[in-house]
Amino acid sequence: MMADVLEVATGARPGGWAAPYKAVLASRIRAQRAYPAGFALDIVGSWLVGLTEFGELFVIFHNIGILGGLDFHAMLLLFGLSNLSWSIADMVVGHVDTLPTYVRAGTLDAFFLRPQPVLAQLVTSEFSLRRLARLTVGLVTMCVGLVINDVTWSVAVVGLLVLAIVFGTAIFAACFVAAASLQFFLINGAELTNTFTYGGSYASAQPAAIFPTPLKLVFGFLVPVAFTSYLPTLWILGLPGPSLLPTWLVWLLPVAAAWSWAMALLLWSWGCRHYQGGGG
Amino acid sequence: MHADWQTYRQLFVAGFRRQTAYRLAMFAGLATNVVFGFIRSAILFAAVESAGGELAGYSAGTISAYVWLSQGLLGAIQLTGAAEIGDRIRTGDVAIDFTRPVDVQTWHLAEDLGRAAYSMIPRGVPSVVVGALTFGLVMPATVLPYVLGAVSIVIGVAISFYCRYAINIVGFWLLDTRGVRSLYMVTSTFLAGLYVPVALFPDWLHTLAYLTPFPSILQSPIDVVSGQVTGLDAVGVVGMQVFWLAVTCLVGRVLTTAGRHKLVVQGG
Amino acid sequence: MSEVIIELEELTREFVVRRKGDGRRRRRHTIAAVDAMSWSVRAGESVGYIGANGAGKSTTIKMLSGILVPTSGSVRTCGLEPVGQRRDLARRIGVVFGQRSQLWWDLPLEESFSILAAIHQLDPGRGKSRTDELVEQLEMGETLQTPVRQLSLGQRMRAEIAAALLHEPALLILDEPTIGLDVLSKARLREFLIHERTTHGTTLLLTTHDMGDIERLCDRVLVVDRGRLVYDGTLPGLAGTVGARRMLVVDLAAPAADLVDVPHTTHVASEADGLRQRLAFDAEQTTAAEVLAAVAERVEVRDLSIEEPDIEDVVRRIYQTQR
Repeated sequence: MMADVLEVATGARPGGWAAPYKAVLASRIRAQRAYPAGFALDIVGSWLVGLTEFGELFVIFHNIGILGGLDFHAMLLLFGLSNLSWSIADMVVGHVDTLPTYVRAGTLDAFFLRPQPVLAQLVTSEFSLRRLARLTVGLVTMCVGLVINDVTWSVAVVGLLVLAIVFGTAIFAACFVAAASLQFFLINGAELTNTFTYGGSYASAQPAAIFPTPLKLVFGFLVPVAFTSYLPTLWILGLPGPSLLPTWLVWLLPVAAAWSWAMALLLWSWGCRHYQGGGG
Repeated sequence: MHADWQTYRQLFVAGFRRQTAYRLAMFAGLATNVVFGFIRSAILFAAVESAGGELAGYSAGTISAYVWLSQGLLGAIQLTGAAEIGDRIRTGDVAIDFTRPVDVQTWHLAEDLGRAAYSMIPRGVPSVVVGALTFGLVMPATVLPYVLGAVSIVIGVAISFYCRYAINIVGFWLLDTRGVRSLYMVTSTFLAGLYVPVALFPDWLHTLAYLTPFPSILQSPIDVVSGQVTGLDAVGVVGMQVFWLAVTCLVGRVLTTAGRHKLVVQGG
Repeated sequence: MSEVIIELEELTREFVVRRKGDGRRRRRHTIAAVDAMSWSVRAGESVGYIGANGAGKSTTIKMLSGILVPTSGSVRTCGLEPVGQRRDLARRIGVVFGQRSQLWWDLPLEESFSILAAIHQLDPGRGKSRTDELVEQLEMGETLQTPVRQLSLGQRMRAEIAAALLHEPALLILDEPTIGLDVLSKARLREFLIHERTTHGTTLLLTTHDMGDIERLCDRVLVVDRGRLVYDGTLPGLAGTVGARRMLVVDLAAPAADLVDVPHTTHVASEADGLRQRLAFDAEQTTAAEVLAAVAERVEVRDLSIEEPDIEDVVRRIYQTQR
């Protein structure tokens, strides 16, 4: 009975609005489980990437004690939280950067011929289970960071963590979508879109206090990745924020996410219009 | 082989010319270089400041030079591990390549050098200019570092090519080189000193890095051009680069011969 | 009076083509892929849409289905505006692009069908019965478990068409569906389409290079040349307009004299001393079967083939007569 209610509520029953997405996603996940060897290789690769990113942090702190007001332990939390949210976004939405491939193969046209929004189809066209491994790097680092920093636990702290992960992921997902939208205009522009995706990730894992004002404005408000991990880290550790980014701003995370998505959807509709205008 | 310098010069020019079709992609690459340059400069400036103004031999000005030179050279050295030979092996077109009277490895080297040379225009020089105008950087006032540096950069690009060539030649034996290339990209970018200067590495990691050709691709040319190493030290660095150039070239040649043998015997 | 399913009015689609002039000056000029086309199709009709490559057929279809925006003029499909009401339209039409696939490459065929049933939000009962019906009609029972990428071209085309018909659309658009298919597959596909139309009354718009498709499937032919509509009528009328003829090529068991007295044909050529003979006949006056029967009465036939009038030839001739 409960299962029925849940099914109807989420539109997942056959014929409901979510049924199309559920069908595609379920089949993609099933398809991936059939290739365990590739899976293993991807796990190793993901860990290695996570390791080198962490390595950068490690090497810097081998030389100094404090960076932008944060010590190594605080950086662990920052790094972990950023990595975690980004990895979840990558797993769910990361494949949208294959848009050019879809265009070439005619798959995008197939999306136009179906009764769902094109972006929704693109996002749900794949679910990269193998990126699950990358997630563990962030998760582990974050947990270590929470423990090692002697955090005073409270409902607010837990709530903020949940908020940070949920809306942080949303902000990164918006970055992916914005990056994909640009692919409509730049056929070989994968490099530029990296600015949004990997650049955003990189910037989010740094203490924004080190940024000169222009960068603070960009990564704090235009593409608000500072909201995903830096502000939450400051708040949880009870540290003061830099100029322009007081810590209470962190409670506006949902607003930051909404703003990111508004921009991403705008870019996406421009991109679609361009494609339908013959730019394909 | 029958080909002479004329042929290689033509291949170089061809490699250069081919890039002109990708102007938009090049500027996109520049934009990415600049954004990452900003972030890295901010990080390392803060690190230098935190260390009291001097960090492992770098001042704020010289570390900025390091950041912007490395960003600028990224287009040329292509640490992603991609190489055209990889595609040609995958499609089987490489069999045709072996029938031509040009040494396959050197041919691709010539084209790659042309490509790298072109990338200096939209990406290399502009990156350094942006860095100079925004964060400011300190570069040598004498001529010698630039002359030696130019040589060093060319050698660095060549080493990078030989490495990528070897990685992709493995495609004769592995069906899918994607995993190997990913692995290459991750380790090479870190050990080449792209994230942080190798000088900052802890001793054990420092030693490990110099046991690979990677620092010779990026860190060494930058050190020479920016004047971080001077005089005899600089010559020594270039000498080490030449060593790695020979090693990576040789590895590539050995693998090519083996691969060619396999192609002939097994039919690819 | 049946409703209008497709309506084009002065529909135009231009593309800007950049071509490098001499030196480094770039020349830009505009070409009209579709040039002020006006025509309409009523429910239940079966229309062939033919023309040379690059004549504007695929562009028209993209505008009909909402993938491409017109430069000027208007188009309405199933009474809807294709670009603005794309999602509503998607429920009412099915499109098959010959060269591209709408199925999931690495999954068993039946999974593609079940996903599509979910995409079109069909009730499970209806989805299942419809799938079964199509599978049976198209004889795909044995291929249901096969991953789509392992299907032969003929099997894949049948699957694509089934996929496009799953949600029982009012309009089915096929873009070069029989390209590369062997004779038997083509015949079966045509039979299926005829049956589908009879049972469901689906409107059919078909682009093809194969006159046999048109002959078997379409009541009406639209000919497009360089973006403009140059003929709208029946197929016999079309062939008649330009005097285009089909050619029967027979290989005989033994060399024979030229067959000049077969009714409604013209003897065009003989090879190898009369071992192979070419007879042209007018599709309006007779059929291949009749001609073959007449030939067989006179000589022993070992092998035969039929050459269709070249579409480009037909179109060119039409264009010239239209001037």
